[in-house]
Amino acid sequence: MAVVNVMYNVGARDEDPAQTGFAHLFEHLMFGGSKNIPDYDEPLQRAGGENNAYTTNDLTNYYCALPAENIETAFWLESDRMLGLAFSKKSLEVQRKVVVEEFKEHYINKPYGDVWHEMRKLAYTRHPYRWMTIGKELSHIENANIQDVKNFFYRFYRPANAILSVSGKVDTEQVRQLAEKWFGPIPAGEPYHRELPQEPPQTAARLLEIKADVPVDAFIRTWHMESRLNKGYYVADLITEILGGGGSSRLYQSLVKEKQLFSNLDCYHFGSMEAGLVVVEGRLVKGVTMQRADAALTEELEKMKSAEVSAAELEKVRNKTESVIAFEDMSIMSRAASLALYELMGDANLMNTELDKYREVTTADMLEYSRRIFDVNNSNTIYYYAKQQES
Amino acid sequence: MEKKANPDRSQAPRILDAVEFDLQLKPYQLFTLDNGIPVYSVQAGAQDVMMVELVFKAGNWYENSNIVAATTNFMLKNGTHTRTAFEVNEHFDFYGAYLNRNCYNETATLTLHTLSRHLPELLPVMAELLTDCIFPEEELQIYRQNQKQRLEVNLKKCDFISNRLIDEYLYGFDHPYGRYTSISDYEKLRRDDLVEFYRNYYLNGNCMIFVAGRFPETVFGQLNKQFGTLPLRQHIAERTHAIEPAASHKYRVVNDASGVQGAIRIARPFPGRHHPDFAGVQVLNNIFGGFFGSRLMSNIREDKGYTYGIHSYIQNHLHESAWMISTEAGRDVCEATVQEVYKEMDRLRTEPVTSEELHLVRNYMMGSLLGDLDGPFQIIARWKSYLLNGLDETYFFNSLQTVRTITPERLQELAQKYLDPAAFYELIVV
Repeated sequence: MAVVNVMYNVGARDEDPAQTGFAHLFEHLMFGGSKNIPDYDEPLQRAGGENNAYTTNDLTNYYCALPAENIETAFWLESDRMLGLAFSKKSLEVQRKVVVEEFKEHYINKPYGDVWHEMRKLAYTRHPYRWMTIGKELSHIENANIQDVKNFFYRFYRPANAILSVSGKVDTEQVRQLAEKWFGPIPAGEPYHRELPQEPPQTAARLLEIKADVPVDAFIRTWHMESRLNKGYYVADLITEILGGGGSSRLYQSLVKEKQLFSNLDCYHFGSMEAGLVVVEGRLVKGVTMQRADAALTEELEKMKSAEVSAAELEKVRNKTESVIAFEDMSIMSRAASLALYELMGDANLMNTELDKYREVTTADMLEYSRRIFDVNNSNTIYYYAKQQES
Repeated sequence: MEKKANPDRSQAPRILDAVEFDLQLKPYQLFTLDNGIPVYSVQAGAQDVMMVELVFKAGNWYENSNIVAATTNFMLKNGTHTRTAFEVNEHFDFYGAYLNRNCYNETATLTLHTLSRHLPELLPVMAELLTDCIFPEEELQIYRQNQKQRLEVNLKKCDFISNRLIDEYLYGFDHPYGRYTSISDYEKLRRDDLVEFYRNYYLNGNCMIFVAGRFPETVFGQLNKQFGTLPLRQHIAERTHAIEPAASHKYRVVNDASGVQGAIRIARPFPGRHHPDFAGVQVLNNIFGGFFGSRLMSNIREDKGYTYGIHSYIQNHLHESAWMISTEAGRDVCEATVQEVYKEMDRLRTEPVTSEELHLVRNYMMGSLLGDLDGPFQIIARWKSYLLNGLDETYFFNSLQTVRTITPERLQELAQKYLDPAAFYELIVV
């Protein structure tokens, strides 16, 4: 098997605030036929391949997995849609509807489905991480027109703004030749210079209260953290692991098991390229007040801010990181995506040095960054209340 | 330097037909522990990681009251005489390992994923969980309370409700495939039931072990030391359960009056994997709704935009099974979606599949299978499925042969036999 991966340096953060959800809608349109190939999927399936794509706030990624013998089919397909789309009106019409259904399925027709829309709006006042990749509202997707689609394509989907990576049972020289043959003749286009509004440092805690038709109260709090290549990113990654990674994590043990305030609780972070968020979210055990749950969480975080974690705890989360990386590297799909991702961040070789960055983190670093991150003035909270059921 | 000429993009590059691939299923190694428990292993992969999975016949097929099997399985990690639940978790977390447990209809599993070098530290604790689990009352109380809340949230979701109901129509509520959980079942859970189930189906249970990854040969000795002396059994008394399908075939359920989507499930009973039609029906199912290029997807998503996705599949059961169509669609287009599903059934019954479409599906299925065989965990998963179903590599090669050779006439015959709307249960939950 082989994987051919094309990553475009465009995500929801690059959207016009009046036209959110566009990068993701566009991802759907990339399957609606290209200059010389009316149907993208059919020839790939005929070659025994499968494909998919995803859009994040940071980037858009497309990949084909297919028998290595048929790898040229993927080069042909991917290069043709980079050369130019068919810009079919029918495809736009249908995919608008499909994305509207996707929006409903994940964010409307589901209890607590709106919580991340609200949290992003609360935590980001200026930066485009303010909205989700699916978009702020249905109307932004419903109003997209074909001219918008063309503009977006020629602005972002040029070779100068894309990274090709290939993994699997392939020969480097053959890959180089195929890349030259299929992608080489496409005009490079203008590189995109990202100049996004930056989020000003937060100076006071923010709180939003929501009442909705859900069965139990939910709590969610976020704090701003550092961007992807900064030291603070790696430290925050290990901090969230200590707090929320697995059955022996501090928050699970204290708040779910011992104090029984939350019925479930997660602590993680965005993993985003630019300054993201550390998150704690959970649902309260019935009868527990929001204030009590909040106070108990704050107490646990105070421990992180007042004393270093033990050497054994640090070793535990380092071991976990090593293990996660080893398991990820088993899949050629994840290797191809990682190569492209690190290259997008500046250097594909970062893939090889990532583990060292984690190994350099000390218990003193974790104390220092816990103090910075878990500052009350850096926090955004939603108290999500279950409406009283009328009997 | 020569200027790069544009290649001829109007022509697809030559492909090697996937049907020509000489697909092989890497054989397993069989090692038998002193107590007769079989260990099936596949040594493969480039990373020094591995998995060890213990599979017990301890699914809800064997329980006497609802959710005893699932709860027993869940609580395997919640304490022994020498370790609290926290200490069990801490042990596996410390080595960066994952110990998961899952309960299915017939089987229940305990699965370890780890860097291979840590195995000696982890196996003894796995063995401890299988011999000395104490089911603390307080742990059970926490589980009960949190599961009840989780269930309350799920009951708000139309897809969750539809999955429960369609299985009930197909098999009847008293059959393990058709039974589902209500809040009161958690109240009724008794610790003694768990202890008894644990004794019968884990301590003295039927067990098979699966190992895959890149691991040292000493693994077998370690497994024998930890599990080879346990009173596990190679056979346990089998049980049978009668199916009582619902009489009525069409259902409309309102779960959330303000919901914007409906969950659609359309399903009919279908004999399991051992039926001679199974391999052919797999091909037919792919054409119908089994992959992105299927007819249901092309029509209902890619042409009409009624849904984000629609799929059909044969339920993965060891005994009786069902052919299922599943989607979530806009509330106002649910009925239209159902009609389109029947139209697609009708087309398959009345028109033979073109050779072009069949060629594509053959290649897609072969390529997909090739992808499924990529990596040690995938290979062992396939073997596990075969072994649990009492199948061997001839099944693998026969299925391949069917994919390569099945004719449009045979597919039409199968469509006429199985894709009869009158045989299907039909449900919309909004």
